[in-house]
Amino acid sequence: MSRRRSRRGKEKDDDLTVEAIYGENKIRRRVAKAMRWSRRGKEIAEETVEAEDVKELMPERLFATDRFPNKRVSTTDYLSRVRNALNNTLEMAKLIGSCFGGLFKLPAQRLKPLRFPLVGFGEVMGLPCGEFEDGYSIDFTYPIRMKRRNCYNGSRVVRRFGTSSAAEKIISPSVQVSCTQLLIDGNFVDATSGKTFQTLDPRTGEVIADVAEGDAEDIDRAVKAARKAFDKGPWPRMTAYERSRIMLRFADLVEKHSEELAALETWDNGKTYQQAKTAEIPMLARLFRYYAGWADKIHGLTVPADGNYHVQTLHEPIGVAGQIIPWNFPLLMFAWKVGPALACGNTIVLKTAEQTPLTAFYAGKLFLEAGLPPGVLNIVSGFGPTAGASLASHMDVDKLAFTGSTDTGKVILGLAANSNLKPVTLELGGKSPFIVFEDANINKAVELAHFALFFNQGQCCCAGSRTYVHEKVYDEFVEKAKARALKRVVGDPFKKGIEQGPQIDSKQFEKVMRYIRSGVESNATLECGGDQIGNKGYFIQPTVFSNVKDDMLIAQDEIFGPVQSILKFRDVDEVIRRANETRYGLAAGVFTKSLDTANRVSRALKAGTVWVNCFDVFDAAIPFGGYKMSGNGREKGIYSLNNYLQIKAVVTALNNPAWI
Amino acid sequence: MENGKCNGGATAKLPEIKFTKLFINGQFLDAASGKTFETIDPRNGEVIAKIAAGDKEDVDLAVNAARHAFDHGPWPRMTGFERARIINKYTDLIQQNIEELAALDAVDGGKLFQVGKMNDIPAAAGHFRYYAGAADKIHGETLRMTRPSLFGYTLKEPIGVVGHIIPWNFPSIMFAMKVAPALAAGCTMVVKPAEQTPLSALFYAHLSKEAGFPDGVINVVTGFGSTAGAAIASHMDIDKVSFTGSTDVGRKIMQAAATSNLKKVSLELGGKSPLLIFDDADVNKAAELALLGCFYNKGEICVASSRVFVQEGIYDKVVAKMVEKVKDWPVGDPFDSTSRQGPQVDKKQYEKVLSYIEHGKNEGATLLTGGNAIGDKGYYIEPTIFADVTDDMKIYKEEIFGPVMSLMKFKTMEEGIKCANNTKYGLAAGIVSQNVDVINTVSRSIKAGVIWVNCYFAFDLDSPYGGYKMSGNCRESGMDALDSYLQVKSIAMPLHNSPWM
Repeated sequence: MSRRRSRRGKEKDDDLTVEAIYGENKIRRRVAKAMRWSRRGKEIAEETVEAEDVKELMPERLFATDRFPNKRVSTTDYLSRVRNALNNTLEMAKLIGSCFGGLFKLPAQRLKPLRFPLVGFGEVMGLPCGEFEDGYSIDFTYPIRMKRRNCYNGSRVVRRFGTSSAAEKIISPSVQVSCTQLLIDGNFVDATSGKTFQTLDPRTGEVIADVAEGDAEDIDRAVKAARKAFDKGPWPRMTAYERSRIMLRFADLVEKHSEELAALETWDNGKTYQQAKTAEIPMLARLFRYYAGWADKIHGLTVPADGNYHVQTLHEPIGVAGQIIPWNFPLLMFAWKVGPALACGNTIVLKTAEQTPLTAFYAGKLFLEAGLPPGVLNIVSGFGPTAGASLASHMDVDKLAFTGSTDTGKVILGLAANSNLKPVTLELGGKSPFIVFEDANINKAVELAHFALFFNQGQCCCAGSRTYVHEKVYDEFVEKAKARALKRVVGDPFKKGIEQGPQIDSKQFEKVMRYIRSGVESNATLECGGDQIGNKGYFIQPTVFSNVKDDMLIAQDEIFGPVQSILKFRDVDEVIRRANETRYGLAAGVFTKSLDTANRVSRALKAGTVWVNCFDVFDAAIPFGGYKMSGNGREKGIYSLNNYLQIKAVVTALNNPAWI
Repeated sequence: MENGKCNGGATAKLPEIKFTKLFINGQFLDAASGKTFETIDPRNGEVIAKIAAGDKEDVDLAVNAARHAFDHGPWPRMTGFERARIINKYTDLIQQNIEELAALDAVDGGKLFQVGKMNDIPAAAGHFRYYAGAADKIHGETLRMTRPSLFGYTLKEPIGVVGHIIPWNFPSIMFAMKVAPALAAGCTMVVKPAEQTPLSALFYAHLSKEAGFPDGVINVVTGFGSTAGAAIASHMDIDKVSFTGSTDVGRKIMQAAATSNLKKVSLELGGKSPLLIFDDADVNKAAELALLGCFYNKGEICVASSRVFVQEGIYDKVVAKMVEKVKDWPVGDPFDSTSRQGPQVDKKQYEKVLSYIEHGKNEGATLLTGGNAIGDKGYYIEPTIFADVTDDMKIYKEEIFGPVMSLMKFKTMEEGIKCANNTKYGLAAGIVSQNVDVINTVSRSIKAGVIWVNCYFAFDLDSPYGGYKMSGNCRESGMDALDSYLQVKSIAMPLHNSPWM
């Protein structure tokens, strides 16, 4: 391994394109030479092998690169990279062909003109680096430098995709991690087992803090505390007005501590500090103010009935609510779940995502300060299969709410079914279409489509991940979408002006990279991006695919990363049909100036939210939720209250009523 | 002193009177005419302060400011949440000034200082808090249109410039009950407080400036009904008038609206509310509720249980208990924490109440207790109970607005219902019984906007309140109150090729 490692010594080389140093022809020669230096590469080059054989020839350990310090690239991935590269680049194919001679037989028509020279080349070759006679070293794990040069068609090196995580000093967050223990019954306590887990900084993969690792026993303790607080405590018994006062006080405290909360959120999650500070923390406070306003306005009905009956419905709190929140918007998901549950008078056991346990504890501390009685809000950090599963299957939890992947949602629903049939609200994955009609304002649509997908590193369940563009404006759109993606500033999320931080963790990072390879492999056109940035943390280049077809994996699966897929359509009927041909149904965007088109399409799309000439408009009052396998139930708005209420009909016989 | 002792000796420091001028477009101004009127301390009839006497010219100025703030200002253009932030700030300020506001209402209206501190001012703040929470929850609806290929929805828009005319019996709560929902809806307004109690309204005006309401959103014009009030009711540029007061004045307001621009009118008027005590009632509890219902706030409350009907089986016991309990109903200085009843608001009301008491005596009702003025200073009247009152008597029919109870006997539930409804009013009613059938039947049978079962004055922020018959035509409090300050706009458009209708 060690001899395969990069010997590049000069960091400044990161800034230069290979091409700029050597010129195209020279580099080809040297690349070929460099490849021949690889013993394994040579072996392959000398043999004609099938895919399975490559697996044997190239054991996994060989694919460890310094990009993945503790990870290995699987041979399957490796092969798909080879295929991608071959399919996309005539030049590369020739190059590879000359080295590997007939390793893969490529149909001539699938070879394309040189468009993305050497994209992923180093990886494809299994060569993290090469070495040249004149003393320069070249690291093929960063072929983006070559691609970038090409995309801009200019002679100057344009440095847009920041490599700040690798090249710059990491900014230290100005916040102390003070709460790392479980919040149970008003106290911060260790896990019963005494175990902890590490929460990592996605900028570097380094440890931020050791956090208590809650397990079934801790969930049990938390449920007991919540049960006691609900059955005997003051919370459901105080007036709604008093509950609302406590929630308003919490909102005040959130505003007072907005900087700490934002810094923690960025540190743990990798979202930009600016986004956390100016959008998410204010929204957190705003959501709690909103729900505080509902607390004293939760109305049942008096109901007409056939006969002499007086009927009333009482909207009672449902009891102990179990809530499992994801890592992409830790505090906002906290608010979506905790806000309505508290307004309705419930008590809560909240399990945070293991990737992002920090801010919920901080918020929990503020809630205690605001006067929330002990046991009303219990927070358990830990893992899904242990803490999450025991919460979902707990016999004393009256209600479950989950936000996360569709696969996990299925498990959760199963656990609820197999335990006490607790009602379940699910907020799951999506593959939301973003439809641009020919009459749309293209510049605005490009910008919003970009935002719809890349916002929050693409880690949004409602991300506009299928950009359908009318054929008449398709080329223009693709060109502009690509240009916009290339302008996206990626780097340390604490830095001002950064638009995109790292993906949450190595698992997600690799998943996204897999999908990118799958896109290339399935013959979508990689317009830009496609690779990691830097060699530390989980930064991914903003990636745009054009010529995406509905049957490609990247058009079907939720990628949850900065990968935009642009598809072409011809007419309204077609795009409605295609947009609905997904198992998901979370959201959609429609861009048109035509009122008729807007009305028609918004009614025809099977999705819980349709944004017309806008996207990602989240407001406390606007309900959000999914059709089909994107979930059930609605969060936010008046509708969210239903999730946390039991409805009791009280029917009283009437004697001689004056009227019925 | 036959009934209750008079705590006339208690004295309290007058609150400093800081605001005496009209509040228009964010400024405190003298009346255009330069005129003032005196607001009087009902404890002794002495002048507290001279207040700017607003008239038509001042109302015009205030309406102009409100009009401008509505048509061009930020208030209706802010999000509901932004409005809520300011209203919440206003609430915080009110809560920080509870003592001072309670003192102003006590000295100006003869209201108990302690009750003001514990109830009136916190309740006023509660209204603002409640409607701050409502500002972002004003929903229109998307519609199921009956005709094919049509899509429709409703928008609830703020109605515009509102004129509020508020009474003197609950200066703070009435101010909040009217101003808060109008603010939440996005309206701008001109408030005219009663000439008897202008002080707290001006203080609220001052706090509104501090809270950050844009200029012109809240304007307060102090003055008289026949001048300032009439100018509001007949103003061509006011979109809505909301009035709480007597039925007679309500009629004039509606006429003025009718002959001017047909502005929408909300009326919250008088009452002669019945309290029905059934045989199965707890005697002690029933007597307590009856006394509270009739004498609270010295009987100056539109929902006062001024007609108490007791079923014959329990009648004697309830009467005895009430007569016993009323002895522990001390009348005195409203700043004395042992007082349960202060002076009537002014000389006119005082004389009116005393004249009703005379009518009661002359018409043959049996005076069980009270019946006299107390002391020779201020406007104190003994809690007064008449028995054997019949439905042809003036004290049975008319709203006295003082501590005078009419007590009647009834036999059956049917008779009780008939008696309760035997009035031109329909504001509130109380029922004391443990029988669920009785309660259900009576609650549905009484024509009144509010029914209190085994309780009285169970007002709540979330509970709508308003009158049947000649007690008014609207609902205040709760989400229903917002409707008074909203226009409903329906929008319809063709819909092509919708997959569902």
